[in-house]
Amino acid sequence: MKGKSLISINDYSKEEQLRILELASEFEKNPVQPLLNNSVVATLFFEPSTRTRLSFESAVCRLGGKVIGFSDSSSSSVKKGESLKDTIITVSNYSDLIVMRNPVEGSARFASEVSKVPVINAGDGANQHPTQTLLDLYTIKQTQNTLDNLNVAFVGDLKYGRTVHSLVIALCNFNCTFHLVSPMELKLPSAVKFHIKEKKLTYHQYTDMNDVLPFVDILYMTRIQRERFSDPLEYEKVKNLYNLNKNMLSHTKENMKVLHPMPRVNEIDTDVDDTPKAHYFQQALNGVYVRQALITSILGIK
Amino acid sequence: MVKELKVSALEHGTVIDHIPSKSVFQVIRILNLENYPNQILFGINLESKKFGTKGIIKVHNRFFKKEEINKIALVAPTATLIIIKDFQIIEKTAVQIPNHIEGIVKCFNPNCITNFEKVTTKFTLVPGDEIKLRCHYCEKTTSKNNMVFI
Repeated sequence: MKGKSLISINDYSKEEQLRILELASEFEKNPVQPLLNNSVVATLFFEPSTRTRLSFESAVCRLGGKVIGFSDSSSSSVKKGESLKDTIITVSNYSDLIVMRNPVEGSARFASEVSKVPVINAGDGANQHPTQTLLDLYTIKQTQNTLDNLNVAFVGDLKYGRTVHSLVIALCNFNCTFHLVSPMELKLPSAVKFHIKEKKLTYHQYTDMNDVLPFVDILYMTRIQRERFSDPLEYEKVKNLYNLNKNMLSHTKENMKVLHPMPRVNEIDTDVDDTPKAHYFQQALNGVYVRQALITSILGIK
Repeated sequence: MVKELKVSALEHGTVIDHIPSKSVFQVIRILNLENYPNQILFGINLESKKFGTKGIIKVHNRFFKKEEINKIALVAPTATLIIIKDFQIIEKTAVQIPNHIEGIVKCFNPNCITNFEKVTTKFTLVPGDEIKLRCHYCEKTTSKNNMVFI
Protein backbone atom coordinates (compact mmCIF):
# COMPACT_ATOMS: atom_id res chain seq x y z
CA MET A 1 0.00 0.00 0.00
CA LYS A 2 3.08 2.21 -0.14
CA GLY A 3 2.28 5.54 -1.76
CA LYS A 4 -1.38 4.62 -2.25
CA SER A 5 -3.88 7.34 -1.39
CA LEU A 6 -7.05 6.37 0.47
CA ILE A 7 -9.97 8.41 -0.82
CA SER A 8 -12.88 5.99 -0.99
CA ILE A 9 -13.24 2.75 1.01
CA ASN A 10 -13.39 0.87 -2.30
CA ASP A 11 -9.87 2.04 -3.17
CA TYR A 12 -8.65 -0.72 -0.84
CA SER A 13 -9.54 -4.35 -1.50
CA LYS A 14 -10.96 -6.58 1.22
CA GLU A 15 -7.46 -8.05 1.73
CA GLU A 16 -5.90 -4.60 2.02
CA GLN A 17 -8.57 -3.55 4.54
CA LEU A 18 -7.90 -6.68 6.61
CA ARG A 19 -4.16 -6.01 6.45
CA ILE A 20 -4.76 -2.54 7.96
CA LEU A 21 -6.90 -4.07 10.74
CA GLU A 22 -4.18 -6.57 11.49
CA LEU A 23 -1.55 -3.83 11.69
CA ALA A 24 -3.88 -1.75 13.87
CA SER A 25 -4.05 -4.56 16.43
CA GLU A 26 -0.24 -4.46 16.63
CA PHE A 27 -0.44 -0.75 17.41
CA GLU A 28 -3.13 -1.38 19.99
CA LYS A 29 -0.67 -3.62 21.85
CA ASN A 30 2.19 -1.19 21.40
CA PRO A 31 0.98 2.30 20.47
CA VAL A 32 4.20 4.24 21.02
CA GLN A 33 6.76 3.35 18.36
CA PRO A 34 9.35 5.76 16.95
CA LEU A 35 8.74 4.87 13.32
CA LEU A 36 8.22 8.30 11.76
CA ASN A 37 11.32 10.07 12.99
CA ASN A 38 11.92 12.28 9.99
CA SER A 39 8.41 12.35 8.55
CA VAL A 40 6.05 15.32 8.31
CA VAL A 41 2.30 14.74 8.05
CA ALA A 42 0.10 17.67 7.01
CA THR A 43 -3.43 17.77 8.43
CA LEU A 44 -5.50 20.17 6.35
CA PHE A 45 -8.91 20.62 7.94
CA PHE A 46 -11.05 23.02 5.94
CA GLU A 47 -13.85 22.48 8.43
CA PRO A 48 -13.65 21.74 12.13
CA SER A 49 -13.53 18.24 13.59
CA THR A 50 -12.53 16.98 17.03
CA ARG A 51 -12.05 13.25 16.86
CA THR A 52 -10.82 12.83 13.33
CA ARG A 53 -8.16 15.55 13.38
CA LEU A 54 -6.94 14.90 16.91
CA SER A 55 -6.78 11.14 16.45
CA PHE A 56 -4.75 11.57 13.25
CA GLU A 57 -2.42 13.98 15.04
CA SER A 58 -2.21 11.72 18.06
CA ALA A 59 -1.37 8.81 15.75
CA VAL A 60 1.48 10.76 14.16
CA CYS A 61 2.80 12.03 17.53
CA ARG A 62 2.85 8.52 19.02
CA LEU A 63 4.87 7.39 16.03
CA GLY A 64 7.38 10.17 16.59
CA GLY A 65 6.44 12.16 13.47
CA LYS A 66 5.72 15.87 13.10
CA VAL A 67 2.39 17.46 12.24
CA ILE A 68 1.83 20.69 10.28
CA GLY A 69 -1.48 22.08 9.10
CA PHE A 70 -4.57 24.03 10.03
CA SER A 71 -7.79 23.21 11.80
CA ASP A 72 -10.19 25.39 9.87
CA SER A 73 -9.99 27.24 6.57
CA SER A 74 -10.18 30.72 8.12
CA SER A 75 -6.58 30.30 9.24
CA SER A 76 -5.32 29.31 5.77
CA SER A 77 -4.74 31.00 2.40
CA VAL A 78 -8.14 29.71 1.28
CA LYS A 79 -9.48 32.83 2.93
CA LYS A 80 -7.42 34.87 0.48
CA GLY A 81 -9.03 32.98 -2.38
CA GLU A 82 -6.33 30.40 -3.04
CA SER A 83 -7.50 27.40 -5.04
CA LEU A 84 -7.45 23.91 -3.54
CA LYS A 85 -5.04 22.85 -6.27
CA ASP A 86 -2.47 25.51 -5.32
CA THR A 87 -2.84 24.77 -1.60
CA ILE A 88 -2.31 21.04 -2.15
CA ILE A 89 0.69 21.42 -4.48
CA THR A 90 2.31 23.78 -1.97
CA VAL A 91 1.66 21.59 1.06
CA SER A 92 2.76 18.44 -0.79
CA ASN A 93 6.17 20.12 -1.12
CA TYR A 94 6.31 20.52 2.65
CA SER A 95 5.14 17.07 3.76
CA ASP A 96 5.32 13.32 3.22
CA LEU A 97 1.59 12.70 3.54
CA ILE A 98 -1.53 14.86 3.47
CA VAL A 99 -4.63 14.21 5.56
CA MET A 100 -7.50 16.37 4.39
CA ARG A 101 -11.06 17.13 5.43
CA ASN A 102 -12.99 19.42 3.10
CA PRO A 103 -16.76 20.00 2.86
CA VAL A 104 -16.67 19.91 -0.95
CA GLU A 105 -17.47 16.44 -2.33
CA GLY A 106 -14.80 14.97 -4.58
CA SER A 107 -12.19 17.40 -3.24
CA ALA A 108 -10.12 14.55 -1.80
CA ARG A 109 -9.96 12.65 -5.10
CA PHE A 110 -8.95 15.85 -6.85
CA ALA A 111 -6.31 16.58 -4.19
CA SER A 112 -4.83 13.09 -4.66
CA GLU A 113 -4.48 13.80 -8.38
CA VAL A 114 -2.56 17.07 -7.97
CA SER A 115 -0.55 16.12 -4.88
CA LYS A 116 3.01 14.81 -5.09
CA VAL A 117 2.51 12.84 -1.87
CA PRO A 118 -0.28 10.39 -0.92
CA VAL A 119 -3.55 11.79 0.41
CA ILE A 120 -5.82 10.32 3.07
CA ASN A 121 -9.42 11.50 2.89
CA ALA A 122 -10.61 12.51 6.34
CA GLY A 123 -14.09 13.32 5.02
CA ASP A 124 -15.21 15.10 1.83
CA GLY A 125 -18.66 16.48 2.54
CA ALA A 126 -21.41 13.91 2.35
CA ASN A 127 -19.28 11.67 0.16
CA GLN A 128 -16.66 9.49 1.87
CA HIS A 129 -14.90 9.09 5.21
CA PRO A 130 -12.95 5.85 4.71
CA THR A 131 -10.85 5.93 7.89
CA GLN A 132 -14.07 5.97 9.92
CA THR A 133 -15.17 2.84 8.06
CA LEU A 134 -11.87 1.11 8.81
CA LEU A 135 -12.03 1.97 12.49
CA ASP A 136 -15.65 0.78 12.61
CA LEU A 137 -14.61 -2.53 11.05
CA TYR A 138 -11.74 -2.77 13.52
CA THR A 139 -14.06 -2.11 16.45
CA ILE A 140 -16.60 -4.69 15.32
CA LYS A 141 -13.85 -7.26 14.94
CA GLN A 142 -12.43 -6.30 18.34
CA THR A 143 -15.77 -6.87 20.06
CA GLN A 144 -16.93 -9.97 18.19
CA ASN A 145 -13.60 -11.60 17.30
CA THR A 146 -14.88 -11.83 13.73
CA LEU A 147 -16.47 -9.78 10.98
CA ASP A 148 -18.30 -12.70 9.41
CA ASN A 149 -21.99 -13.64 9.66
CA LEU A 150 -22.95 -10.94 12.17
CA ASN A 151 -26.35 -9.36 12.76
CA VAL A 152 -25.70 -5.63 12.57
CA ALA A 153 -28.33 -2.98 13.32
CA PHE A 154 -28.04 0.62 12.16
CA VAL A 155 -30.26 3.11 13.96
CA GLY A 156 -31.20 6.72 13.21
CA ASP A 157 -30.42 8.74 10.12
CA LEU A 158 -29.66 6.12 7.52
CA LYS A 159 -30.40 8.42 4.62
CA TYR A 160 -27.73 11.08 5.03
CA GLY A 161 -25.24 9.36 7.35
CA ARG A 162 -22.18 8.71 5.19
CA THR A 163 -20.57 6.55 7.90
CA VAL A 164 -23.55 4.20 7.68
CA HIS A 165 -23.39 3.99 3.89
CA SER A 166 -19.68 3.19 3.79
CA LEU A 167 -19.86 0.70 6.65
CA VAL A 168 -22.83 -1.15 5.13
CA ILE A 169 -20.92 -1.42 1.84
CA ALA A 170 -17.76 -2.60 3.61
CA LEU A 171 -19.68 -5.20 5.67
CA CYS A 172 -21.15 -6.63 2.47
CA ASN A 173 -17.77 -8.41 2.12
CA PHE A 174 -18.45 -10.36 5.33
CA ASN A 175 -21.83 -12.01 4.88
CA CYS A 176 -23.57 -9.85 7.50
CA THR A 177 -27.32 -9.46 7.93
CA PHE A 178 -28.47 -5.84 8.13
CA HIS A 179 -31.23 -4.52 10.42
CA LEU A 180 -32.08 -0.99 9.41
CA VAL A 181 -33.98 1.09 11.97
CA SER A 182 -35.03 4.60 10.91
CA PRO A 183 -38.00 6.90 10.53
CA MET A 184 -39.72 6.45 7.15
CA GLU A 185 -38.21 9.68 5.84
CA LEU A 186 -34.63 8.69 6.73
CA LYS A 187 -34.40 5.20 5.23
CA LEU A 188 -31.21 3.81 3.71
CA PRO A 189 -30.92 4.99 0.06
CA SER A 190 -31.58 2.38 -2.61
CA ALA A 191 -28.11 2.93 -4.07
CA VAL A 192 -26.66 1.48 -0.83
CA LYS A 193 -29.23 -1.33 -0.62
CA PHE A 194 -28.15 -2.22 -4.13
CA HIS A 195 -24.77 -3.34 -2.72
CA ILE A 196 -26.51 -5.63 -0.21
CA LYS A 197 -28.65 -7.19 -2.92
CA GLU A 198 -25.69 -7.52 -5.25
CA LYS A 199 -23.95 -9.72 -2.67
CA LYS A 200 -27.20 -11.66 -2.17
CA LEU A 201 -27.33 -10.67 1.51
CA THR A 202 -30.43 -9.84 3.54
CA TYR A 203 -31.67 -6.63 5.11
CA HIS A 204 -34.77 -5.89 7.19
CA GLN A 205 -36.27 -2.46 7.82
CA TYR A 206 -37.87 -1.31 11.07
CA THR A 207 -39.12 1.89 12.62
CA ASP A 208 -38.99 0.66 16.25
CA MET A 209 -35.55 0.04 17.76
CA ASN A 210 -36.99 -2.37 20.34
CA ASP A 211 -37.72 -4.84 17.54
CA VAL A 212 -34.03 -5.51 16.94
CA LEU A 213 -32.53 -5.27 20.44
CA PRO A 214 -32.94 -8.95 21.45
CA PHE A 215 -30.94 -10.50 18.63
CA VAL A 216 -28.33 -8.13 17.18
CA ASP A 217 -24.58 -8.40 17.75
CA ILE A 218 -23.83 -4.76 16.95
CA LEU A 219 -26.08 -1.77 17.55
CA TYR A 220 -24.68 1.10 15.50
CA MET A 221 -26.38 4.31 16.64
CA THR A 222 -26.27 7.59 14.68
CA ARG A 223 -27.25 11.16 15.35
CA ILE A 224 -30.21 12.66 13.53
CA GLN A 225 -28.87 15.98 12.29
CA ARG A 226 -31.04 19.07 12.53
CA GLU A 227 -29.44 20.63 9.45
CA ARG A 228 -30.78 17.83 7.24
CA PHE A 229 -34.36 19.01 7.64
CA SER A 230 -35.80 21.94 5.72
CA ASP A 231 -38.92 21.82 7.90
CA PRO A 232 -38.08 22.24 11.62
CA LEU A 233 -41.36 20.50 12.54
CA GLU A 234 -40.23 17.36 10.76
CA TYR A 235 -37.05 17.39 12.83
CA GLU A 236 -38.98 17.81 16.08
CA LYS A 237 -41.05 14.74 15.18
CA VAL A 238 -38.07 12.43 14.78
CA LYS A 239 -35.34 13.88 17.01
CA ASN A 240 -36.30 11.91 20.10
CA LEU A 241 -37.43 8.77 18.33
CA TYR A 242 -34.39 6.72 19.21
CA ASN A 243 -33.05 7.14 22.74
CA LEU A 244 -31.16 4.19 24.03
CA ASN A 245 -31.01 3.85 27.81
CA LYS A 246 -29.64 1.32 30.28
CA ASN A 247 -32.97 -0.46 30.89
CA MET A 248 -33.32 -1.30 27.23
CA LEU A 249 -30.05 -3.25 27.35
CA SER A 250 -31.39 -5.92 29.73
CA HIS A 251 -32.82 -8.09 26.97
CA THR A 252 -29.88 -7.86 24.61
CA LYS A 253 -27.36 -10.56 23.74
CA GLU A 254 -24.35 -11.00 25.98
CA ASN A 255 -21.89 -10.14 23.20
CA MET A 256 -23.88 -7.15 21.96
CA LYS A 257 -22.00 -3.83 21.77
CA VAL A 258 -23.25 -0.31 21.17
CA LEU A 259 -21.24 1.76 18.68
CA HIS A 260 -21.62 5.38 17.62
CA PRO A 261 -19.40 7.46 15.28
CA MET A 262 -19.84 10.36 17.72
CA PRO A 263 -20.61 13.11 18.59
CA ARG A 264 -23.81 11.92 20.26
CA VAL A 265 -26.54 14.25 21.40
CA ASN A 266 -29.32 12.38 23.14
CA GLU A 267 -29.60 9.13 21.22
CA ILE A 268 -27.55 7.30 23.86
CA ASP A 269 -28.33 8.14 27.47
CA THR A 270 -25.26 8.70 29.66
CA ASP A 271 -26.43 5.84 31.91
CA VAL A 272 -25.37 3.47 29.13
CA ASP A 273 -21.75 4.69 29.32
CA ASP A 274 -20.81 2.58 32.34
CA THR A 275 -22.36 -0.65 31.11
CA PRO A 276 -20.18 -3.31 29.48
CA LYS A 277 -22.26 -2.89 26.29
CA ALA A 278 -21.02 0.64 25.66
CA HIS A 279 -18.11 0.60 23.26
CA TYR A 280 -18.22 4.03 21.57
CA PHE A 281 -15.37 5.65 23.49
CA GLN A 282 -13.18 2.62 22.79
CA GLN A 283 -14.30 2.97 19.16
CA ALA A 284 -13.01 6.56 19.10
CA LEU A 285 -9.72 5.40 20.61
CA ASN A 286 -9.40 2.68 17.98
CA GLY A 287 -9.26 5.51 15.46
CA VAL A 288 -5.72 6.21 16.61
CA TYR A 289 -4.53 2.60 16.07
CA VAL A 290 -6.20 2.30 12.69
CA ARG A 291 -4.71 5.62 11.57
CA GLN A 292 -1.27 4.56 12.81
CA ALA A 293 -1.62 1.43 10.72
CA LEU A 294 -2.69 3.41 7.66
CA ILE A 295 -0.02 6.07 7.92
CA THR A 296 2.82 3.58 8.38
CA SER A 297 1.67 1.37 5.52
CA ILE A 298 1.13 4.29 3.13
CA LEU A 299 4.58 5.66 4.01
CA GLY A 300 6.04 2.21 3.38
CA ILE A 301 7.30 1.73 6.92
CA LYS A 302 5.08 -1.25 7.76
CA MET B 1 -36.13 9.59 -59.86
CA VAL B 2 -32.83 10.94 -58.64
CA LYS B 3 -32.83 11.69 -54.96
CA GLU B 4 -32.35 15.39 -54.38
CA LEU B 5 -29.80 16.20 -51.74
CA LYS B 6 -30.62 19.14 -49.52
CA VAL B 7 -27.02 19.22 -48.34
CA SER B 8 -24.60 18.59 -51.18
CA ALA B 9 -22.63 15.37 -51.43
CA LEU B 10 -19.27 14.94 -49.81
CA GLU B 11 -16.27 13.78 -51.77
CA HIS B 12 -13.93 12.86 -48.95
CA GLY B 13 -14.64 13.02 -45.23
CA THR B 14 -17.24 12.17 -42.62
CA VAL B 15 -21.01 12.45 -42.61
CA ILE B 16 -22.79 12.44 -39.27
CA ASP B 17 -26.40 11.62 -40.05
CA HIS B 18 -29.61 11.19 -37.99
CA ILE B 19 -28.69 13.82 -35.42
CA PRO B 20 -31.71 15.18 -33.53
CA SER B 21 -32.13 18.65 -35.06
CA LYS B 22 -31.87 20.42 -31.75
CA SER B 23 -28.50 18.80 -31.04
CA VAL B 24 -26.68 19.79 -34.23
CA PHE B 25 -24.98 22.84 -32.74
CA GLN B 26 -24.05 20.88 -29.62
CA VAL B 27 -22.43 18.21 -31.77
CA ILE B 28 -20.47 20.90 -33.62
CA ARG B 29 -19.27 22.25 -30.31
CA ILE B 30 -18.40 18.86 -28.78
CA LEU B 31 -16.36 17.92 -31.84
CA ASN B 32 -14.71 21.33 -31.77
CA LEU B 33 -15.71 21.96 -35.37
CA GLU B 34 -16.17 25.66 -34.73
CA ASN B 35 -12.47 26.17 -35.38
CA TYR B 36 -12.19 23.69 -38.25
CA PRO B 37 -10.53 25.41 -41.23
CA ASN B 38 -12.06 23.18 -43.96
CA GLN B 39 -15.52 22.99 -45.47
CA ILE B 40 -18.42 21.91 -43.24
CA LEU B 41 -21.98 21.59 -44.45
CA PHE B 42 -24.89 21.07 -42.16
CA GLY B 43 -28.64 20.85 -42.30
CA ILE B 44 -31.32 21.09 -39.64
CA ASN B 45 -34.99 20.00 -39.68
CA LEU B 46 -34.50 17.85 -42.74
CA GLU B 47 -37.05 15.18 -43.54
CA SER B 48 -36.33 11.73 -42.10
CA LYS B 49 -38.31 8.54 -42.67
CA LYS B 50 -37.09 7.12 -39.39
CA PHE B 51 -37.34 10.12 -37.06
CA GLY B 52 -39.62 12.68 -38.76
CA THR B 53 -36.93 15.31 -38.83
CA LYS B 54 -33.20 15.11 -38.46
CA GLY B 55 -29.99 17.05 -38.66
CA ILE B 56 -26.89 16.22 -40.64
CA ILE B 57 -23.28 17.41 -40.63
CA LYS B 58 -20.77 16.78 -43.43
CA VAL B 59 -17.17 17.44 -42.62
CA HIS B 60 -14.76 17.66 -45.53
CA ASN B 61 -11.40 15.93 -45.21
CA ARG B 62 -11.80 14.89 -41.62
CA PHE B 63 -11.95 11.41 -40.07
CA PHE B 64 -12.67 10.94 -36.40
CA LYS B 65 -11.30 8.49 -33.91
CA LYS B 66 -13.91 6.23 -32.29
CA GLU B 67 -13.52 7.71 -28.83
CA GLU B 68 -13.78 11.20 -30.29
CA ILE B 69 -17.01 10.55 -32.15
CA ASN B 70 -18.59 8.52 -29.37
CA LYS B 71 -18.66 11.64 -27.21
CA ILE B 72 -21.59 12.89 -29.27
CA ALA B 73 -23.66 9.81 -28.34
CA LEU B 74 -24.85 11.58 -25.19
CA VAL B 75 -26.58 14.34 -27.18
CA ALA B 76 -27.23 12.36 -30.34
CA PRO B 77 -27.70 8.69 -29.44
CA THR B 78 -29.38 7.99 -32.80
CA ALA B 79 -26.52 9.38 -34.89
CA THR B 80 -24.93 7.39 -37.69
CA LEU B 81 -21.36 7.88 -38.77
CA ILE B 82 -20.56 7.52 -42.47
CA ILE B 83 -17.04 7.55 -43.83
CA ILE B 84 -16.79 8.73 -47.44
CA LYS B 85 -13.85 8.38 -49.79
CA ASP B 86 -14.18 9.47 -53.43
CA PHE B 87 -17.95 9.87 -53.02
CA GLN B 88 -18.19 6.22 -51.94
CA ILE B 89 -19.49 5.02 -48.59
CA ILE B 90 -16.61 3.15 -46.96
CA GLU B 91 -18.12 2.50 -43.56
CA LYS B 92 -21.40 3.14 -41.78
CA THR B 93 -21.61 2.75 -38.00
CA ALA B 94 -23.91 3.79 -35.17
CA VAL B 95 -22.45 5.86 -32.35
CA GLN B 96 -22.06 4.22 -28.96
CA ILE B 97 -22.00 5.86 -25.56
CA PRO B 98 -18.45 5.43 -24.24
CA ASN B 99 -17.78 3.97 -20.79
CA HIS B 100 -15.62 6.95 -19.81
CA ILE B 101 -16.58 10.51 -20.53
CA GLU B 102 -14.31 13.46 -19.97
CA GLY B 103 -15.00 17.15 -20.09
CA ILE B 104 -18.36 17.24 -21.91
CA VAL B 105 -20.93 17.10 -19.13
CA LYS B 106 -21.24 19.12 -15.92
CA CYS B 107 -21.69 17.21 -12.67
CA PHE B 108 -25.23 17.74 -11.38
CA ASN B 109 -24.10 17.83 -7.74
CA PRO B 110 -23.74 21.53 -6.84
CA ASN B 111 -21.35 20.57 -4.01
CA CYS B 112 -18.97 18.69 -6.34
CA ILE B 113 -15.39 19.97 -6.61
CA THR B 114 -15.81 20.22 -10.40
CA ASN B 115 -18.34 23.01 -9.81
CA PHE B 116 -15.93 24.92 -7.55
CA GLU B 117 -12.55 24.65 -9.26
CA LYS B 118 -11.22 24.36 -12.76
CA VAL B 119 -11.30 20.57 -12.94
CA THR B 120 -12.05 18.55 -16.07
CA THR B 121 -15.14 16.47 -15.30
CA LYS B 122 -14.80 12.70 -15.58
CA PHE B 123 -17.60 10.15 -15.49
CA THR B 124 -18.13 6.45 -15.91
CA LEU B 125 -21.29 5.12 -17.48
CA VAL B 126 -23.49 3.29 -14.97
CA PRO B 127 -24.55 -0.07 -16.45
CA GLY B 128 -28.30 -0.21 -17.09
CA ASP B 129 -31.00 0.85 -19.52
CA GLU B 130 -31.11 4.50 -18.53
CA ILE B 131 -28.19 6.78 -19.32
CA LYS B 132 -26.60 7.66 -15.98
CA LEU B 133 -23.10 8.98 -15.37
CA ARG B 134 -21.19 8.49 -12.14
CA CYS B 135 -18.82 11.31 -11.23
CA HIS B 136 -15.20 10.25 -10.75
CA TYR B 137 -14.82 12.91 -8.03
CA CYS B 138 -17.98 13.16 -5.88
CA GLU B 139 -19.28 9.67 -6.85
CA LYS B 140 -22.82 11.00 -7.38
CA THR B 141 -24.78 10.12 -10.49
CA THR B 142 -26.08 12.54 -13.09
CA SER B 143 -29.05 11.21 -15.05
CA LYS B 144 -29.89 12.10 -18.63
CA ASN B 145 -32.57 14.63 -17.64
CA ASN B 146 -30.09 16.55 -15.52
CA MET B 147 -27.24 16.64 -18.01
CA VAL B 148 -25.86 20.05 -18.80
CA PHE B 149 -23.23 20.15 -21.50
CA ILE B 150 -20.13 22.24 -21.03
